Amino acid sequence: MALLEVDNLSARVQGRDILKGINLTINPGEVHAIMGPNGSGKSTLASVLAGRDNYEVTGGSVQFNGKDILEMSPDERACEGLFLAFQYPVEIPGVSTSYFLKAAVNAIRKYRGEPELDAMDFLKLIKEKMKLLEMDQSFMNRSINEGFSGGEKKRNEIFQMTVLDPKLCILDETDSGLDIDALKIVSQGVNALRNPTRGILVVTHYQRLLNYIVPDFVHVLRDGRIIKSGDKSLALELEAKGYGWLENAA
Amino acid sequence: MPTETSAIETMANKEYKWGFVTDLESDTLPPGLNEDTVRAISALKNEPSFLTEWRLKAFRHWQTMTEPHWPNVKFAPIDYQAVSYYSAPKKKKTLASLDEVDPELLKTYEKLGVPLHEQKIFAGVAVDAVFDSVSVATTFKEKLAEMGIIFCSFSEAVQKHPELIKKYLGSVVPYSDNFFATLNSAVFSDGSFCYVPKGVQCPMELSTYFRINERNTGQFERTLIIADEGASVSYLEGCTAPMRDENQLHAAVVELVALGDARIKYSTVQNWYPGDKDGKGGIYNFVTKRGKCLGDNSRISWTQVETGSAITWKYPSVILQGDNSVGEFYSVALTNHRQQADTGTKMIHIGRNTRSTIVSKGISAGFGQNTYRGLVKILKHATGARNYTQCDSMLIGDKCGAHTFPYIEVRNTSARAEHEASTSKIGEDQLFYCKQRGISLEDAVNMIINGFCKEVFKELPMEFAVEAQKLLGVSLEGSVG
Ligand SMILES: Nc1ncnc2c1ncn2[C@@H]1O[C@H](COP(=O)(O)OP(=O)(O)O)[C@@H](O)[C@H]1O
Ligand SMILES: [Mg+2]
Repeated sequence: MALLEVDNLSARVQGRDILKGINLTINPGEVHAIMGPNGSGKSTLASVLAGRDNYEVTGGSVQFNGKDILEMSPDERACEGLFLAFQYPVEIPGVSTSYFLKAAVNAIRKYRGEPELDAMDFLKLIKEKMKLLEMDQSFMNRSINEGFSGGEKKRNEIFQMTVLDPKLCILDETDSGLDIDALKIVSQGVNALRNPTRGILVVTHYQRLLNYIVPDFVHVLRDGRIIKSGDKSLALELEAKGYGWLENAA
Repeated sequence: MPTETSAIETMANKEYKWGFVTDLESDTLPPGLNEDTVRAISALKNEPSFLTEWRLKAFRHWQTMTEPHWPNVKFAPIDYQAVSYYSAPKKKKTLASLDEVDPELLKTYEKLGVPLHEQKIFAGVAVDAVFDSVSVATTFKEKLAEMGIIFCSFSEAVQKHPELIKKYLGSVVPYSDNFFATLNSAVFSDGSFCYVPKGVQCPMELSTYFRINERNTGQFERTLIIADEGASVSYLEGCTAPMRDENQLHAAVVELVALGDARIKYSTVQNWYPGDKDGKGGIYNFVTKRGKCLGDNSRISWTQVETGSAITWKYPSVILQGDNSVGEFYSVALTNHRQQADTGTKMIHIGRNTRSTIVSKGISAGFGQNTYRGLVKILKHATGARNYTQCDSMLIGDKCGAHTFPYIEVRNTSARAEHEASTSKIGEDQLFYCKQRGISLEDAVNMIINGFCKEVFKELPMEFAVEAQKLLGVSLEGSVG
């Protein structure tokens, strides 16, 4: 069974049709990349999958793990194992990263009928992942994302993803704002999550990230439609020829 | 899926958890107010004549005053003649110990979660419980007495320590201060009294739980706390009231006096009945709280979490008279449904190098209206005085309001006053971020609000901080979602 099955999905934001019939199948273990020019609808697709309010689904369906998730609230989808690494991570003043993450871990555990983690177990869980993403302990006590640099925010997203251990990871422009060192650390974190059961969907504008997180499939999104799909060579071809190359295919 | 805005508009009717009425026989004066009422209260309490005279002076002054009204607070006129000014649970004899307290009463406190029991006392809380007007049980007095600390009901202090009452009553809030404080001075019924002698650090948090039970009674407590030279004390006040359709008036006065090098920390968690979702019923909470840093190097801190009452009107203030004295005000005020809060502080800098800090967090939901009104006054001789003020407002939904009125008067050129203010809406982005991590909407709101209030909560004693967080959650239940 496919992990994610997006069938002819259309969506509207503030009265404007943005997604115009998306078809996408992600099987367990696969890494997919969605590329496309700015404004093509990449973030909108990610938001619709995660269930953001004010994104109106006007047609099609989304099956995740065999369940129709379009009827689920965003927190239910998260508990079902869908994770979105935000293009613009949000600051929450006064709420420490560790408090936030512990609440998330325990909300998901509760949903699955597992006992909540106490402070000690939680600490054990995050220690190792912090090392992987070279996160300093001091991050844990700081208000989440507040005063973090662009790169730190992105690393924090991948750190949370690693701790929450989702079934499907959606990364929205995780590479933007990262220098080459941070890019390597983040990619290392993502690659460590690759396994035969998990699916990963990488949304990016540039090919650069795909040198580090090598996809099994590449899709090109333009004006709310996937106009071309291929393997990793498609990304390189795009890089060389530019998005204009596909104008006629649309 | 509902949109965020429509979700926010869905206001659930959260039932007031503390809205039960206790069935007790009580001694209640008939409604009405004149000099005879004032004399009757004083006589019922067997007060010395200086106090009777003081009450009468206040009453006569009050008759010359008019009820204040404020632009951002709306309420129907109060009929002061319809209020009963004295109500006390009937008791057979003076209570020597907790065992003799009416079990109904103890049950009430139990429901409120008031730590009246011995176990709680071991946890370090001494409780002076005020039920309507008379203090019914004062616990752990003896242990405190060994250290010379006096902690008892105001009435008892009048009987046992009249010299302290005579010296300090009205020394911070004079009987002529304002309409409600003057009314209180005339008719106050009971309250708490605390005196910490020279050099003594009070070893436990002192606590009073107030509760308005009787129908149509106004509650007029009077609290007086004195920390003598080098002494320190932390005092906690918590309030609840039963749910009733009519409005009840609560006009308390709290006076704090800190002598040289003394410290007083006064914390309040107030959740008087706020009225129902349409604004019916609820407490009018018109309170005068003021502290005086009388001696050099003294410090007074007010911390308040205000989630209840139909209308809250209070400005816990500090008069910084001693050189190098410090005044602090940390406040969280939450208004939901039709609640109105007009609160803030006054910091009056008189002495040299006096410092004050104000941190105010206003949260408005539903149709709630939240006003911060603050005055920082730095007088001519207050060389080197400093003030820092931070006022943050958070709006939940789009039918509520936040208003900020900071007044700053500086008469000394070396003084500095800093002011920062912000208003934000609880962010849809923040909520989505939390939900995307699996956190429910309700928990997300609580988390964001508690984060917003963190600077204030960290000033509260641990036990109180936990209670305050829960209270915010309960008060906001249904305001989003
Ligand atoms: N919340 C929103 N309100 C209005 N328009 C939006 C919103 N989100 C996205 N859009 C519009 O939808 C289109 C696609 O945007 P987006 O999905 O962010 O593209 P991408 O991520 O590919 O750059 C753009 O034209 C953008 O202006
Ligand atoms: Mg985008």
